[in-house]
Amino acid sequence: MVMHAWRALMGIMGREGLRFIHQRERFISALVRPLLWLFIFAAGFRSTLGVAIIPPYETYVLYEVYITPGLLGMVQLFNGMQSSLSMVYDREMGSMKTLLVSPLPRSFLLTSKLLAGAMISVIQATVFLLIAAAYGIEIPAIGFLTVLPALILSGLMLGALGLMLSSFIKQLENFAGVMNFVIFPMFFLSSALYPLWRIQESNPTLAFLASYNPFTAAVELIRFALYGHFNLNAALITFFSLLFFLGMAIWGYNPSQGMMNRRA
Amino acid sequence: MSHNAILTLDNMSYAYGAKKALDRVSCKVEEGHCAILLGPNGAGKSTLFSLITHLYNAPSGTIHIGGHDVRRQPLKALGLLGVVFQQSTLDLDLTVRQNLLYHAALHGIKHREAEHRIKEELTRFGMLERAHEKARQLNGGHRRRVEIARALLHHPKLLLLDEPTVGLDVPSRKALVDHIHALCRDRQLAVLWATHLIDEIAPQDDLIVLHQGQVKASGEVSEVLEQTGQETIEAAFTQLTGRKERTLW
Repeated sequence: MVMHAWRALMGIMGREGLRFIHQRERFISALVRPLLWLFIFAAGFRSTLGVAIIPPYETYVLYEVYITPGLLGMVQLFNGMQSSLSMVYDREMGSMKTLLVSPLPRSFLLTSKLLAGAMISVIQATVFLLIAAAYGIEIPAIGFLTVLPALILSGLMLGALGLMLSSFIKQLENFAGVMNFVIFPMFFLSSALYPLWRIQESNPTLAFLASYNPFTAAVELIRFALYGHFNLNAALITFFSLLFFLGMAIWGYNPSQGMMNRRA
Repeated sequence: MSHNAILTLDNMSYAYGAKKALDRVSCKVEEGHCAILLGPNGAGKSTLFSLITHLYNAPSGTIHIGGHDVRRQPLKALGLLGVVFQQSTLDLDLTVRQNLLYHAALHGIKHREAEHRIKEELTRFGMLERAHEKARQLNGGHRRRVEIARALLHHPKLLLLDEPTVGLDVPSRKALVDHIHALCRDRQLAVLWATHLIDEIAPQDDLIVLHQGQVKASGEVSEVLEQTGQETIEAAFTQLTGRKERTLW
């Protein structure tokens, strides 16, 4: 059984890897989006948004530097939603069925799918980080190493969010709404583009919501890890969000519940 | 001829909300038998397949595959099952070989053994030389062959086919129908084949006529003809369902 599960996991990750290699356009568009924010948006806003000295920064930082962790999170958020979209598509087209009729526990199959998606998400984020570093965003050498576990955890959490959404979305047509109601609120209501204290100044309610947004936790986890620090609070929120989303996804894909009972 | 039931359905019912899709369905498929699940569109065939493959759980009734209850021992039951869904489920961007290796991995087959079986199955289906082509490059008939080869890789005892000939041209359909019958005979495979095309039925097949979620008749072709007092399957089907089905290739 253990060997069977291991081979299946390798098979699922291998397939995801091959699909990633074949879908170069998807990879490029996943990189172009945050790079536009970094090269254009951040440059434009550099002078209007000053960022005070807040941890983990030890000095004033340029806006580009501030939003880099947020953009890493954005890469992973989009990747999670993209794989969710492809799962809804796969389900309509049937290839999700071939996975689910395999003789392994469904929770294991879904977790494997999540790991495979997170692997791609970490690769994409790492490539973005290297480009950002080449562009001139200064990151301590140790940061490239310490950010990896953070990217893995945040990639898993955002992938699990996508997995959960895919289990509750009936059809592809409903997906555009979910993108609007999930991606944009999560991204804008977080510390990705502006520090929480800035939101606090203008609207305490929004700041309160943003502080409990799992995406804020993911971004802060990445931000601290990039400078060799560990943000325990952010790590815990990210981890428990991961457990919650994955649990809901497994529940949603249960043969007695959720999406499979709905007629396609 | 063996009479070992591989698939047994007992009193299965299923509803989508208030709409009954299956109503107390009981039937079985024996080793080495090809059972044709015949029914018009909307008869409940796809629902039945989703229950057998454990994509849904039915609130009442039981399904056993090789003696294992699908609900209580899903992993053992699913391990004995090969499925070809109505819509193609090949990954079009991957090669034939990569698609098959993925399936083998899901079934826990060692890489070397998987390569061996892939070669064996593709040879049987005359597709070995296409192993390194992307699935996208294959025509509909060839994709179907790859899907059946894939469903057989883990040596299942029961093969489920959900309208596998839909969209195929006449020669491809005929080749596929002949091939499935040969598999039943040579490998002692139990096959449950959903279709609404009467001309796919061979005289030695078993027949399960499903209409509006109920089994209207089941047994060998000759028995169903006897039960209905008709001379052709088409006439028997029309009598049982009040519909005419397509019989032309």
